[in-house]
Amino acid sequence: MTRPSDGQRRQMLVDMVSARTQSQRMWNLQRQGQIGTVAPIDGHEATIVAAAHALDPAHDWVVPQYREPLALRRYGPEVLEQFLLYNIGHPAGGHIPAPIRVLPNQISLATQLPHAVGLAWGMTLQDDPGVVLAFFGDGSSSQGDFYEAGNLAGVLKAPVIFLCVNNQWAISTPVHLQTAAESFAAKAAAFGIPGVKVDGNDVDAVYEAVHGARERARSGLGATLIEAALYRLGAHTTADDPTRYVPAEDLAAARRNDPIAILRSRLEAEGLWDAATQSEVESAALTAVDAAHERARTMPLAPDALLDHCVSEDSPRLARQRLALLAEVEGTR
Amino acid sequence: MTELNMLEAINESLHAEMARDERVVVLGEDVGRNGGVFRATEGLYEKFGERRVYDSPLSEGVIAGATVGLAIAGLVPVAEMQFLGFAYQAMHQIAGQVARLRYRTQGRFDPAITIRAPFGGGVRTPELHSDSLEGQLANIAGLKVVAPATAADAKGLLASAIRDPDPVMFLEPLRGYRGIRDEVPEGEHLVPLGSARTARPGDDLVIIAWSHQVEMACRVSDRLAGEGLSIRVLDLRSLVPLDVAAIAEAVDACGRVVVSEEAVQTGGFGGEIVATVVEESFWSLEAPVVRVSGYDVPYPVGMLEDRYIPDEDRIAAAVRRVLEVA
Repeated sequence: MTRPSDGQRRQMLVDMVSARTQSQRMWNLQRQGQIGTVAPIDGHEATIVAAAHALDPAHDWVVPQYREPLALRRYGPEVLEQFLLYNIGHPAGGHIPAPIRVLPNQISLATQLPHAVGLAWGMTLQDDPGVVLAFFGDGSSSQGDFYEAGNLAGVLKAPVIFLCVNNQWAISTPVHLQTAAESFAAKAAAFGIPGVKVDGNDVDAVYEAVHGARERARSGLGATLIEAALYRLGAHTTADDPTRYVPAEDLAAARRNDPIAILRSRLEAEGLWDAATQSEVESAALTAVDAAHERARTMPLAPDALLDHCVSEDSPRLARQRLALLAEVEGTR
Repeated sequence: MTELNMLEAINESLHAEMARDERVVVLGEDVGRNGGVFRATEGLYEKFGERRVYDSPLSEGVIAGATVGLAIAGLVPVAEMQFLGFAYQAMHQIAGQVARLRYRTQGRFDPAITIRAPFGGGVRTPELHSDSLEGQLANIAGLKVVAPATAADAKGLLASAIRDPDPVMFLEPLRGYRGIRDEVPEGEHLVPLGSARTARPGDDLVIIAWSHQVEMACRVSDRLAGEGLSIRVLDLRSLVPLDVAAIAEAVDACGRVVVSEEAVQTGGFGGEIVATVVEESFWSLEAPVVRVSGYDVPYPVGMLEDRYIPDEDRIAAAVRRVLEVA
């Protein structure tokens, strides 16, 4: 059993509270028309934060789906900053600066899983000791890429951790319409890798599972599939109305298992957390997200940014399109 | 110079690039121990070992998808799709991921990825082995699309594709593997991406083509030379980037144009060439441009394919039609 230390657990709660505070601020900013679509983090904090804390940011890669960035504080403040840029639709949002080992969000669900395996494989070919942890959802597990990536990881013994964040809902589709398997973890059998299901609201359980999978990967034994079962406490996104399909009684029951409330009460009982700490953390989180929003809002955008970074060097045709675009921009000024 | 067929030229180029740059890794179905179903990767496994030459599980999707991760890790993957038609099962990765990696990360990662695939008809394959998807691929921003017509170009363009920091779809004509044979420079030989080649000089009319249709066009040019006609053949070599200047130069010199391709006509790359000719050289045209192509049907089964693929007679008939316009 590898339990996180008191210091780690306290830092995890800081990251969880920060993530939720920032997510709620972003929700409000979206409602005010200031930023783009937001996928709230509520209910996912323990899993994402504990997984990040079981990794070594200097060596291990995180391959997100799309809901995770606010909970990846461990990988540096740049992740939040780029996430706000990404959210408002600034192209630079997709460039998480080196050497941060986090890929940008992936909207085409499960396509990030073959990338994660390729990256893990490439690292072993270059004797890089890190591992790759890829997040995906219960819905993504229905994609072919999940099976194709899991299969390749199994064959290669690639140092990759597939972390299925089972929040019970793929927008409005519940898990029983997603799979007839007894669990998502059970699908590991098809890949010849271990599959473990953990309580995704319990940081200790997630940390231990990811830590174990990481040790396994680093010792050359290959991939692990972890299913973290939790409950999506909010909407799928700001564009969604879950009251149309989430049974109120299920949601009420899930709220009694709020991962932040669980860890906070544990840490308070141990004398590691109090109301003053809570309010300091919330306040710092708001300052950080507002600063990130301000930075994003005022980030310059070149008039021909539209055409940048498509290819390494403009072809004659693209160069001509760039001139035409710039002339058009001039003309409309 | 050594005379090689296209397959030997490709194999030689793969050997040279793997020896030159240890970041180059080859992956695909049957590319290792078997040396590829056509032997394009012959000898690589023995020479460079299983870490760099990988027999992948049978999944085009994960072959393409894994190249993205390999490139992020700093490697230079050269993947093989056993047949281009099978790439339909990888298109979500090729179009949605491989092609956009640089754009969506705003240049953090170099997608130095090459995906090789044989395509085109004439060898009586079962379904989905011969589809010409170059028009679809050219419509995916971020991808380069290269289609050599000679063994020498196959060697030189493949080396350039592997060294290119952008993703390249490298399309190899099935019929050309053993059917096309020419003098190939020894040692390092690089042909830049985006430069067309005049395969036959001429000034009465230009046939614009790529891949195996260049061979067909050259035969037509040779045949009609006997009648005193001077038919130029422009081999595009690369569809993206496109050598617009070479097209304009050829059309301005000849004034009459036939475009020949093996793909389905509607939405095919031939239409892109016609549009380019009109944009660049409308006032040089002495006659309407004519396309020769496959038909608007799926690539057919063996007993029908000779009717489908533009042959010398169809191309020659199109040439005569364009030359007859006063």
